[in-house]
Amino acid sequence: MKEEGSYQPYSYFQLMEVSLRELLVDKGIVTEAQVEATVEDMRSRSPERGAKVVARAWVDGSFKQKLLENGTRACEELGLDVPALRLVVVENTASVHNMIVCTLCSCYPRMLLGIPPDWYKSRNYRSRAVREPRAVLAEFGLQLGEETAIRVHDSTADMRYLVLPMRPAGTEGWAEERLASIVTRDCMIGVAVPRK
Amino acid sequence: MAASEMSARFRPGDRVRVRKAYPLGHIRTPFYIRGHSGVVERLCGSFGNPEELAQMRSGEPKQPLYRVRFLQKDVWPGYRGDARDVLEVEIFQHWLE
Repeated sequence: MKEEGSYQPYSYFQLMEVSLRELLVDKGIVTEAQVEATVEDMRSRSPERGAKVVARAWVDGSFKQKLLENGTRACEELGLDVPALRLVVVENTASVHNMIVCTLCSCYPRMLLGIPPDWYKSRNYRSRAVREPRAVLAEFGLQLGEETAIRVHDSTADMRYLVLPMRPAGTEGWAEERLASIVTRDCMIGVAVPRK
Repeated sequence: MAASEMSARFRPGDRVRVRKAYPLGHIRTPFYIRGHSGVVERLCGSFGNPEELAQMRSGEPKQPLYRVRFLQKDVWPGYRGDARDVLEVEIFQHWLE
């Protein structure tokens, strides 16, 4: 455990970040307050946003259709700003399971899921998700049946992806908020499925 | 003066091959998919060319961006999953032939 107040020297990249930030502030390009506000904005986004979108699609067929046709526009309808990029929503069915990766870096639908988990950025996940998706899913505890094909989406350019999972049986009549509560971040990346 | 946007040469359902080229620079076409053939799933729109943007240039003309679907068994020799398993990758038009 790290002792409170113990001295930790900056790593190379931390030092670079601090130096660059101080320079930008010194030169009047950004203010400290703007940097703080942006960091807070990034921290405030969480997978609950994505879960809200999924739950709405489960209860509202016409919203679901719009979401699959144009994810960005459908999210705007829910008051969720999906800035400067296009959201592609891919639907899981009994015969197709979708899974998202960015093999080149760590492209991720941050506006709906927040900051990506460390494993999403790991070399292990990024290199293996495209090559042996079934083995990777098994490590996440997800065994897909033989009737299900896998569709892996490599997020290499300007699109961002969100998986629309299947609504579990036995959730008929559930309110939207309760439905949203079972939609985890991993379900929307496609490495898990919602459980009742 | 070049147009600021290239027109789309491919349509959904077209069979395309990713150029097998290895230029230096900021390339958004993954190595593993170069030289492989797939089918256009959709046209995503036109976007600034990342290879140009990375050099602080305008990125114009904008390049049509496609989602191309590949069969896993075509991409990886000895792929052990289902024969229907696919991989979809975003690829800019100038990487397709």
